[in-house]
This record gives sequence, structure tokens and C-alpha cells, in this order.
Amino acid sequence: MRHRWVSVLICAAVSAAATTACGSGGASQSGDGKTELTIATFNEFGYEDLFKEYEAAHPDVKITQRKTGQGQPHHQNLFTKLGAGSGLADIEAIEEGYLSQVMSKSSQFNDLKEIGPAVEGDRWLKWKTEAVTTKDGKLIGYGTDIGPLAMCYRKDLFAQAGLPSDPEGVKALFATWDAYFAAGDQFIAKVPGVAWFDSAAQVFNAMHNQHETGYYDKSDKLVVDTNPDIKADWTAVTTAVSKGQSARLAAFSPEWNTGFKLGKFATKTCPSWMLGVVESQAGPENKGKWAVTDAFPNGGGNWGGSYLSVPKQSKNAKKAAELAAWLTAPEQQIKAFKAKGTFPSQVKALSDPALLEQTNAYFGDVKAGALFATQAKKVTAAQYKGPADGQIQETVFSPALQSVEQGKSADEAWKTAVEGAQKAAK
Amino acid sequence: MTAVLSKVDRGRADEARPRPPRRHRLSKLDTKVSPYLFVAPFFLLFGAIGMFPLLYTAYVSLFDWEVGADEPTFIGLENYKTLFADDQFWNALFNTFSIFVLSSGPQIVVAVALAALLNENLRARTGWRMGVLLPYVASLVALTIIFGNLFGPQYGLVNDVLSAVGIGPIDWQADTFGSHIAIASMVNWRWTGYNALIVLAAMQAIPRDIYEAAVVDGASALRRFFSITLPLLKPTLIFVIVTSTIGGLQIFTEPKLFEPSGGSGGGAEHQYQTVVLYLYQSAFQGLDLGYASAIAWVLFLIIISVAGLNFFLTRRAVR
Repeated sequence: MRHRWVSVLICAAVSAAATTACGSGGASQSGDGKTELTIATFNEFGYEDLFKEYEAAHPDVKITQRKTGQGQPHHQNLFTKLGAGSGLADIEAIEEGYLSQVMSKSSQFNDLKEIGPAVEGDRWLKWKTEAVTTKDGKLIGYGTDIGPLAMCYRKDLFAQAGLPSDPEGVKALFATWDAYFAAGDQFIAKVPGVAWFDSAAQVFNAMHNQHETGYYDKSDKLVVDTNPDIKADWTAVTTAVSKGQSARLAAFSPEWNTGFKLGKFATKTCPSWMLGVVESQAGPENKGKWAVTDAFPNGGGNWGGSYLSVPKQSKNAKKAAELAAWLTAPEQQIKAFKAKGTFPSQVKALSDPALLEQTNAYFGDVKAGALFATQAKKVTAAQYKGPADGQIQETVFSPALQSVEQGKSADEAWKTAVEGAQKAAK
Repeated sequence: MTAVLSKVDRGRADEARPRPPRRHRLSKLDTKVSPYLFVAPFFLLFGAIGMFPLLYTAYVSLFDWEVGADEPTFIGLENYKTLFADDQFWNALFNTFSIFVLSSGPQIVVAVALAALLNENLRARTGWRMGVLLPYVASLVALTIIFGNLFGPQYGLVNDVLSAVGIGPIDWQADTFGSHIAIASMVNWRWTGYNALIVLAAMQAIPRDIYEAAVVDGASALRRFFSITLPLLKPTLIFVIVTSTIGGLQIFTEPKLFEPSGGSGGGAEHQYQTVVLYLYQSAFQGLDLGYASAIAWVLFLIIISVAGLNFFLTRRAVR
């Protein structure tokens, strides 16, 4: 669910309005004796029909949805009203990118293990639930969808460079990050004017998220400057940049879109929802050129996806938790997947025929559902995220990598990044 | 008789002065209080939506106030201390002034020139006059996105043209000065026509007979412009300069939307992060309301002093 909030550029205007414009009051008893439950979501969760279904089965419940177009204003509203102490919906959706900020305020959310109905323990992929469980074992949210990572690549450009281009053959190139960057060297030597990947930050973030420890250790201590994995990733990516492997296009920028149209890069780290982005940006004229394979360097990864939480402000927390638990059950999430294509985080849903049979015409009729289900199972564990984790990624490391792409030396940019992270973590 | 009269008079004088009739008193109250009642709505509204937020922001700036945190802690002037030692703030202040000078300066000169042209006897005068206002009518967001595309470092039209005429492409995102020019050109595009119309209105209010007298005395058109038009435009110029100072120092939307990834950093190395953009980033990405409030107050004081300075300079320069 992440792509839209970063891609659409008008967020400034919208978010300014959204901080004051969104809703009032929590749950209430409506006139006809029904319990009114409010649920705040953003983009498309695909829940509209499910609400009707739930209301039909529970005549005492009336569901009101507060839908925000984009993730950013939704979360801004969430944090503002958490601070204000009132005004939130009974159920608030949380996107993965904002999860670290929410987890640092976990005391303001209900423990769903405590107030929620009994939910089978293995309903979600393990890493999905891990990420939303606090250190003292409280469950803050129920998983909705995910964004498992695979590799998208340009078949035609691969062939031009003399690399294997069929989905099975390319897997060796995407086995490890070393293999990936080595193939990049080979590629740019053969195809002048075309880069290997779109943007350094896009690659770095995926690499970084695969480590057990990221910017923080489990005691919330910032370890950016001492974690050897981060420095190693940094060196690998900036070396590739210096060799010319990056197209130097900030993700979701207008130039990035143009880069897709002109075919200026050959590979793209691809969460499940990215297929739609590639299709709309590369356009019909490039149909059949892009392919996706169920391989990702060093295993798997995830980018995006959301949770449903019940803030302590809610006056009908128990009933809200029941609704949230029902919505995030495999049967319902498969319906949401059919309605809006949100990729389910539930283990059972991943083997549902509707998902396994789904194909993508733009990517040569590949069985995309099955492919990403495989990728989802490759993710081993959720990296522990500290309080300012999301901010460090978005406002410190991504810009620092961009500055390397703009010509700054990697060492200087590293210093800036470490200082920036320390400032953000304060 | 006089003695009797004077006695009576004295007696009257000793008495308290009789109270004026009720109607009289009401009308007196009317003349004294009514004006205040009439201006009260403005001040009440200003108090509620202008003064209160201003003071409350000052209050918040004394706390370590994080959005969503349980208890804000009072830290006195700590936020201000941090702010004055914060390189990013000084950088933002520099960017703001740089963009402000690059936009307001040329803008006012061009606006006055444009107004002088529009003041001539043109065919379809109203059409031309409305024409210069068109950029102002267009949506700011749409405009910024279009300019963002034009100034794209790799595939932008401006760089194509520059390359065609032999000047190498400029990285409008990476280069500090380049990014300021790109942003200033958006501001100029939007506001020049608007300011030109204000100046034009003032020009038309200048009595014709002054010019006629000057023509009789043999003054050239240039001389008439500098010796009559400009001095008489002074009050309007002060207005235009003060408002564009306030607007220019609060610049936000243009740099915000110029950032290709939609963030609030103002470039990978804050090349074009303005003070308001930094304020926004501190408040809504860093969630640090106390610090953002301190930035807001410092900016408020800066704007007041710069606007005041411009006011005096303009009054002195244009006599």
C-alpha cells in the first residue's frame, strides 16, 4: 500500500487539510441501539463489501468507514489524534512504513491478545506478526496485506547484454547481492546508456531490511555506525553507483516514470504491488519487455503492507477487535484480494486457488499470485525496528544515497548519514 | 439683589451637577463604545485564529513536545539553543533568503516595467492586462509539477534547450544555486503579473496634468518615469515589497513539490530546504512539535524585522 503515498506529489496540500478535516469523536451508540464502529483506512483495502457482509451477520453493529486517499495524511491524522487523546476511529489502519513510530507509542494501543477474540496462532506469516508484537509480547495489530519482494527485469535488454533472460535462467544472477552487482558490471559494459537498477536507495533499503539487526538493536540503541552489515551494504551499493550501475532516478519522481518509459534501467526490486506501477509507467509500448522471477538476492524481503489496530481511545474496543479479527481472517482477505488486489498476509490465503491462479498479462501471463506467495514464504524474520527507523530510512539514508548519485563522495555521504541518523534518533 | 442671586448661584454650584437625561447618556455611550463594537469582530476573530495560535506556539516551543507522546516536558529555551546551533536551520535560512532575493528582486523590477507597458495605449488593453494575471489563476500545485518536469535534471526540457545552445546541462536538483533559480522562476512566473496589476492600478491614479506639465517642460519619457511615476508609486511599492517579503520568506509549496520523491528534505543534501519546509519536516516527519514551534517563532521575528527593514529602505530610497 506504500507506492501511492510516495508517488502522488500533491500530498502537501492534502495533508495540511487532513490534519483538521478528518472526522470527530470515537465510537458511539446510535439512535437505533446499534453499536457504531468506525474504521479508518487509506488507499484501497477492498473492505467495502465485507462491511455489508459483517453488518448482515451482526444486526447490532453499524460500520462507518473513514477513507483517506493517501497514507501520509492518514498517518499524520493518526499521530496528531493520538497526541490529542481523542478523535481516532475504533479501528485504525497502520502501514508498515509507519510501524516503528506506532510501536514506540504502543502503550496507546490495545493488546489484541487481551481484548480480541481467540485467533489461531498461525493465521499470519510469522514475520508479519513479529513486527507488530512489542518486546513484552503485546500484539498491537492484525496483519492485512504484505508486499513480498521479487525481481523485475527487462528481458530484451538482458538478451542484448548476452545475459540469460528466461525466468529460470536469470535466477543465478539474482542468487546473492554479489552475483547481482557482478551481473550489473557485465550488463553496463554491454549496453551503453542503460543502467542496471533505478535508484541506489531502492536497492539499499531491500538489502538493509534482510539483516536481523538494522539501524537499532533490540534495546533501542542506535547502531548505525557500529553495525558492520549496514556499512557493507553501503559500500556495495555506492561502489555500484560509482561504476555507473544506477540510473540515478529518485523513486516515484517524474523522471523515474520517464526512466521506465525510455527503458533506462534493466532491473527493479519488485514488491507485489510494483507490477501495477511498472505497467502504468512503462506503458503499453513496452508490453512484453518486462518480466518477473521468483528470486531475490540473499533470500526474500518485504516492502509495504498494513495492519489493523484498536487504539485505547476506542469506547467499543472489544467489538472493534472482533471486527478487525474477522476482516483479517484468510477467507475475508482473499475477498479483499479479489476486490482490490491487496496481497494477503495470511498463511492459508497464500494457498488459496484464487491467489495461485492469478496471472499478470503485462508480465507475459506470469502466475504472479503463486510467484509472490513463494517469495512471501522466503522471508525468514522481521528486522527489529527502533522508534525512528522509518524516519531514518526516508529522511536520512535515502537522501544520502541520492547525494552519492549526485556526485558526493561515498565517505562524506556516510558521515552525513550517520550524523543525520543520530539527530533523527534523538 | 445681586447678593441674593449670588447666594442662590453658590448654592447651585455646591450641589452635585444634575445627571443628564437618560437619552443623552445613551447617545454618549453610543459615541464612545459603538466604534469599538464595530471593530470588535475583527479583533475577536484575529484573537481566536491569529493571536491565540501565535501565543500558543510560543508556549509549545518551551516544551519537548512530541506528537502522540504521553507528557510534554518543560525545557525552557532549550529548543532555541538547539536551533541556533543547528546547521540545518542556518542552511534553510540561507536557502530561504537566496530564493527570496532571486524571486522578489527581479519580480518587482519586471512588474513595474510591465505595468508601465500596460499603461501605454495598447490595442486590446484589457486582454493584455488580464493576460498577465493568468499564471496567478493557474493552480499552484499543477504549476509546480510542470516546472518540476521542465527542470528535471536528466530528461527536463530546460536542460535540453541549454544543451542545444551549448551550455552544459545543470543538475537542478543537486546544484544549490541551480535549484534556487528553478524555484525562484516558479515564484516569478506566478506573482509577477499579479504585482504588475497592482502597480498598474496605482499608475493610473497618478493625475495626468503632472505628466502634461512635465511634457511642456520638455521632460523625456524616461525622465517622466523616474521623476514622476516612481516617486508617486511609493505607497504601492511599499505594499508590494512588504507582501512579497512575507510571502517569499514563507515559501513552502514550491520547494516541497520540487523534491522528486515527495519528501520534505528539500533535496538530497537540503540544497533547497527552506525554513518553512524544515519546520514542516520537524513537525510532521520528526513529530517534534516543540522544535517546530521554536522554528516558527524565530521565522516570525525574522519576517517582521525584514519586512520592517524593507519598509524603511523603500520609504527612503523612493522619494
